[in-house]
Amino acid sequence: MRALTWHGKHDVRVDTVDDPEILNPRDAIIKVTSTAICGSDLHLYDGFIPTMKAGDILGHEFMGEVVETGPGSTLRKGQRVVVPFTIACGSCYHCGKHQYSACDNGNPADNQDIAQELYGQPMSGLFGYSHMTGGYAGGQAEYVRVPFSDVGPIVIPDGIDDDRVLFLSDILPTGWQAAENAEIEPGDTVVVWGCGPVGLFAVQSAFLMGAERVIAIDHFPRRLELARRFGAETINYEETRTYEALIEMTGGIGPDACIDAVGLEAHGFFADNVWDQIKVSTFTGTDRTHSIRQAIHACRKGGRISMPAVYGGFVDKFPLGAFMEKGLTLKTGQTHVQHYLPGLLNAIVEDKIDTTFLISHRLPLEQAPDGYRMFHDHQNDVTKVVLKPGLDRVAA
Amino acid sequence: MTDIRDDAPAATAKHASATQNAAREGLSGEGDTLIARSVTINRSRDDLYRFWRDFPNLAKFMENVKRIDVRDDCTSHWVVAGPGETTVEWDAQITQDVPGEAIAWASTNSPDVSNSGRVEFRDAGERGTVVTATIFYKAPAGFVGKLIAKLFQREPGIQARRDLRRFKQLMETGEVATAARTLKQREEEIA
Ligand SMILES: NC(=O)c1ccc[n+]([C@@H]2O[C@H](COP(=O)([O-])OP(=O)(O)OC[C@H]3O[C@@H](n4cnc5c(N)ncnc54)[C@H](O)[C@@H]3O)[C@@H](O)[C@H]2O)c1
Ligand SMILES: [Zn+2]
Ligand SMILES: [Zn+2]
Repeated sequence: MRALTWHGKHDVRVDTVDDPEILNPRDAIIKVTSTAICGSDLHLYDGFIPTMKAGDILGHEFMGEVVETGPGSTLRKGQRVVVPFTIACGSCYHCGKHQYSACDNGNPADNQDIAQELYGQPMSGLFGYSHMTGGYAGGQAEYVRVPFSDVGPIVIPDGIDDDRVLFLSDILPTGWQAAENAEIEPGDTVVVWGCGPVGLFAVQSAFLMGAERVIAIDHFPRRLELARRFGAETINYEETRTYEALIEMTGGIGPDACIDAVGLEAHGFFADNVWDQIKVSTFTGTDRTHSIRQAIHACRKGGRISMPAVYGGFVDKFPLGAFMEKGLTLKTGQTHVQHYLPGLLNAIVEDKIDTTFLISHRLPLEQAPDGYRMFHDHQNDVTKVVLKPGLDRVAA
Repeated sequence: MTDIRDDAPAATAKHASATQNAAREGLSGEGDTLIARSVTINRSRDDLYRFWRDFPNLAKFMENVKRIDVRDDCTSHWVVAGPGETTVEWDAQITQDVPGEAIAWASTNSPDVSNSGRVEFRDAGERGTVVTATIFYKAPAGFVGKLIAKLFQREPGIQARRDLRRFKQLMETGEVATAARTLKQREEEIA
């Protein structure tokens, strides 16, 4: 089959590799019909995530048709499914509590060592996202082996387009969980840093959860425009002093809840950010962290911080004092995708949530490297790239 | 000397010698290395005990154990992968057997690879059962042997943790997780 493989920083290629096979009873093989490139994939593309190996197949946002099932799978050939990016067993203690991304068994035993040493506890397996989270082949390919297929994939009713449901695999539940973690109360002002897919879904979700106002921050006009379309007020951090604006826009109080949907590659040249960048290039620090720092600084006393954004390692100059003195709460984590799927699928079917607005580009799998380059270099216009194996070549 | 022992498991001690610690854990036999690892498994004590008591099952999740043959109710024969292509074999005798609670065993007639082990099953309420495996052994050819073992990723501390995780996977999910894509890849991983 053909698959998008990683070979190093800014080097991804479409290669021919062996087709996947059923290896365990609960496996299924999915023939991919749509798969997206994620902001998290850019962290891999930029070489920020350790434990990648040349030849690894990327992609954790995918859906397709069931073509083969193991004896323990509950899926049937021909069904259309969306697959969660988190690989969870459904039967361990954490799965029992619906904390799927903390599943004890989704990650092969040997690969758990790395996270056990780095984080103290191993996390679940993820598709196409380095060997620390399993080393599973990802979904930017023609076929994928899906373990625990009786627990993860959700069956899509006929007549619903791929484009409407593909984002159930990650970014829609991630935006939703981000808003849920912000514990929004009626009358709240919620601020979202970053208007990428996660931030934009967090904006929609925050309103659905009863936020009175949502303020969205980015510097890409098109992305801010999308946030405005859902009713958010916006701040362009290249034009505006963000902290001062937030304090003024909330009558001196500060926002009730802050969502960091930027993550470890925060853009912009702020004094502390430059310092972070120096450290990244000299390998003395791994994460650049302006957005989370600013969120803690701006948040009202006793407020809540939700951090869907991915951070990889250690962070310097974390404002622990402000965090403590103001009595803030921070909630974060990889998304427990399986937990949100039935509810969110319903919301899509009932037209309460629209996801298609996000897709700016559709490319054949063969042009995946173009997709990465575009998504990386032109974030204003390229909001989301969906790859479709078999699609005709398009001018890129 | 005053004994300022705390309540932590003996194998996590910074200083005390392995031999003393092993005695504290109720293990006999000869050795210089003590390893103990715990894992919580979402199954009943009885299920887990029964699976473990059937010694050939251990080869399903212990990576280095190629085969265990049962000789009689108390004796088993272990065939274990050593560094490189070598294998090491010994007989083991069950030294303690409390149904649903604990099993202990010790190698016999194997001075080169003298080892003993004990597995204990404790109720953990809605979380299932805490399984603690303790292994006490004499490293082959002392320090050099350990170094080789480490080189081959067969360092028993890490190995024991991985084996217990596989035991957990098998008992909770019915399968051992693999990230391989093809049968060939999985065989290469196991080899
Ligand atoms: N927790 C999870 O399970 C999960 C799942 C998916 C994605 N993520 C993470 O969520 C984050 C966002 O994902 P995405 O796909 O939307 O990424 P993205 O890169 O498309 O969007 C990030 C946006 O943040 C903006 N930005 C950069 N610096 C900023 C700053 N200082 N202030 C405000 N905005 C700034 C960028 O211009 C960009 O539009 C990433 O870190 C991603 O890894 C987490
Ligand atoms: Zn994603
Ligand atoms: Zn689980």
